Amino acid sequence: MRLFGVLLQLAWRNLWRNHRRTIVMLSAVSVGVWAMIFMTALTRGMVDQMIVDGIKTLPGHVQMHDPEYLDDPSINNLISMSDDELEQKFKDSGIKAWASRVKVPAVITSERDSRGVTLLGIDPVAERDLMFVDYEEVEGRFLNDANDKGIVIGRKLSETLETEIGKRVVVMSQDPDNDIADRGFRVVGIYSASTGAVEEAYVFVGKLTAQKMLGIEGGTSEVVFVGDDYRNVDSVYESVVAAVDSTVVVNRWYDVDTYLGTMMNVMDGFVLVWVVVIFLALSFGLVNTLLMAVFERVREIGLMLALGMKPASILGQIIIESMLLLALGLAIGDLLAIASILPLTGGIDISFVGEGMEMFGAASVLYPKLYSNDIVLANVVVLVLGFLASLSPAWRASRYEPVEALAKVG
Amino acid sequence: MNIVFRLAWRNLWRHPKRTWLTMGAMIFSNILLVFMMSFQFGMYGLMIENTLKIFTGHIQVQAPGYLDDKKMRQTVPDIVPLADSLRRTLQNDRVAARGQAFALASSDDRSYGIAIFGVESQFEPKVSSIPGLISDGRYLNDNDAAEIIIGSVLARNLRVTVGDEITLLGSGVDGSFAAAVVEIVGVFSSGIKDIDRNIAEIPLGLFQDTFFMEGAGHQISIVGDDLDSVSELQSEVRALLPATDDLVVHDWSELQPGVKQAIQADMGSAFFMYLILVVLVAFSVLNTQLMSVLERTREFGIVMSLGLKPGKLGRLVVLETALMGLMGTFIGMLAGAAITAWVGTVGFTLPGMDEMAAQFNLPARMFPQVSALSLFAGPLIVFLFTLLASIYPAVRLHWLHPVAAMRAA
Repeated sequence: MRLFGVLLQLAWRNLWRNHRRTIVMLSAVSVGVWAMIFMTALTRGMVDQMIVDGIKTLPGHVQMHDPEYLDDPSINNLISMSDDELEQKFKDSGIKAWASRVKVPAVITSERDSRGVTLLGIDPVAERDLMFVDYEEVEGRFLNDANDKGIVIGRKLSETLETEIGKRVVVMSQDPDNDIADRGFRVVGIYSASTGAVEEAYVFVGKLTAQKMLGIEGGTSEVVFVGDDYRNVDSVYESVVAAVDSTVVVNRWYDVDTYLGTMMNVMDGFVLVWVVVIFLALSFGLVNTLLMAVFERVREIGLMLALGMKPASILGQIIIESMLLLALGLAIGDLLAIASILPLTGGIDISFVGEGMEMFGAASVLYPKLYSNDIVLANVVVLVLGFLASLSPAWRASRYEPVEALAKVG
Repeated sequence: MNIVFRLAWRNLWRHPKRTWLTMGAMIFSNILLVFMMSFQFGMYGLMIENTLKIFTGHIQVQAPGYLDDKKMRQTVPDIVPLADSLRRTLQNDRVAARGQAFALASSDDRSYGIAIFGVESQFEPKVSSIPGLISDGRYLNDNDAAEIIIGSVLARNLRVTVGDEITLLGSGVDGSFAAAVVEIVGVFSSGIKDIDRNIAEIPLGLFQDTFFMEGAGHQISIVGDDLDSVSELQSEVRALLPATDDLVVHDWSELQPGVKQAIQADMGSAFFMYLILVVLVAFSVLNTQLMSVLERTREFGIVMSLGLKPGKLGRLVVLETALMGLMGTFIGMLAGAAITAWVGTVGFTLPGMDEMAAQFNLPARMFPQVSALSLFAGPLIVFLFTLLASIYPAVRLHWLHPVAAMRAA
């Protein structure tokens, strides 16, 4: 232990013998580490939001449908369980929230224009925690209950239809016998979502009202379940599967939207690749610095060896020197990253490429997300790879023949 | 050979390992830059081409405001004669007129809201890839027949096949009730779910009758020679439009703003990463050159006391860096080009890339091609930063005192 103390002191002093070189290298490590964490936080923020928004419009962590529904989302593919039955099944299953919906394709017509949309008949009370629409942010009001006679549409759709709160629209769909089912609704609320595509796609009416209009009393298109964490939905999934029989299919969100599921995995891969690439770019400078440090100290190392210092101690000394340099760089880089991300957590407006982000499925405000995991990953990668990179110069230093080393011209 | 040049060259190889390591950083970054940029630019090109060729075309003639609102009454009047005259004057038959409406399509047991396009069956195949993607039946071949082609997902959902009839219900340009019964003559499958689910095409004549268009349509899609000549084509077409009609010409970046902005967003983040790489290389070079200057302090003291000007010594240092930078750039470019060319023949894919790629109309396996831009842009910037990094060590020489320098340890 005492030996380690001595080596540590030696390494620390050696580090500052050539302070210019150390400062340049330290700057490089700090910038590199900053970039690793900063870039990761930006992309994490983007993908996280994309997934969270995506799951909410999907909707939910786990969903249950008639086996035919996902391929053919029509009124003929309904789940035959009533809400009371569902209530019985999921009462004690530990699922955070669930809701059942009517969800069918429809055409909405104002006096100006018509559009194809997805009609969602919902129970607004049950949906509160799993809906992508924030009830309080709705212009006008959101639906009050499953019996509500009004309709809530997206902002973009209200613009295309040239309609507004208080005006009437007609919704047309089909009933189970393929006769036209239509009904007039008064627009009571206009919601905003993260992307215009969503605002154009979904309109909301009360579930009971929808069932009456479509002639499917008690019918449900999908049941949505939400757990605590979208990254870990298996427990929710398993408790749902255990509660139902084979007349329905149960899916996790990443089974339904493979693009989003892939994004989550690709993201983890990207973080690692980015960190390693930055480290590789740094490693050349690191090895170079160590090599030079050893080279200019050849005589000194020879002397220490001649005085009886073990080669292992020389090796340790050089490695400690490298680790000190990296640790210092990591500390500065981490602090820089945290300091530069914190002021940005309120969101960065990137709406100038908003429609491009929409293509990725992301929103036009970017909220950087700093995960402790990512910071730990960056630090561990730098330390571990840094250790490996410093082995070769350190090894060389410890293998000097004392006499030859002493005879070298400094 | 110039004496300064010879000095610089020899100085470079005093510590071969150090020089190679510093060049290694450059080579590493250059390989990465050449490969990534080739990959990126190739991807962007494909993304644009694949998105535009499905349906959009390079430019479109529309009524002002139609692009944002897509309202039935924002029409291009007398669209067929206009398209005809454009074809004649441009001497390009890749010009096709269309009308667009939303309608409820009903089969015997299903109904879905879809987008109906009225198309010129003779010219549509020249601007859009959908006619070539018919997987069952045939494409439209008459301008007035009660026929329709629909996407494969829609066909499955409506439970219909070629030969069946479907009913279209919608509203005409004046807001009145519009209906037609049409026979399915073909089913296309583009592999893009949204298109296969939501789009159907009927002959333009039938479209105009059904939706009370009175000879009008909504868009004329035009494909030019290539993407680079789009802006010329755009102004050419603009000049040809009748002055009496209020019409606008949109290019692809306005028609598909998502593609352009997705590219910009991707470029933005990529360039941030490249910049970081380049800066790290610059640090590496700065470190090396600083070392090599510091360890030669005594030597510099001697030559300065013999009358050499600091400016000349500074130039020597910059020349050393430039030599090193040139080698690093050259080797990096060669290796980068070689690796890219090799990947370009065998293709490149990553786990999960097919889902990502499908989102942007890209194939799952990419074949990056080296272009002049992707080959030179990155390495050139690395080289510039390398030179920048040598400025500080070179300028330091001006503060050197010959006597003090000679005494330096």
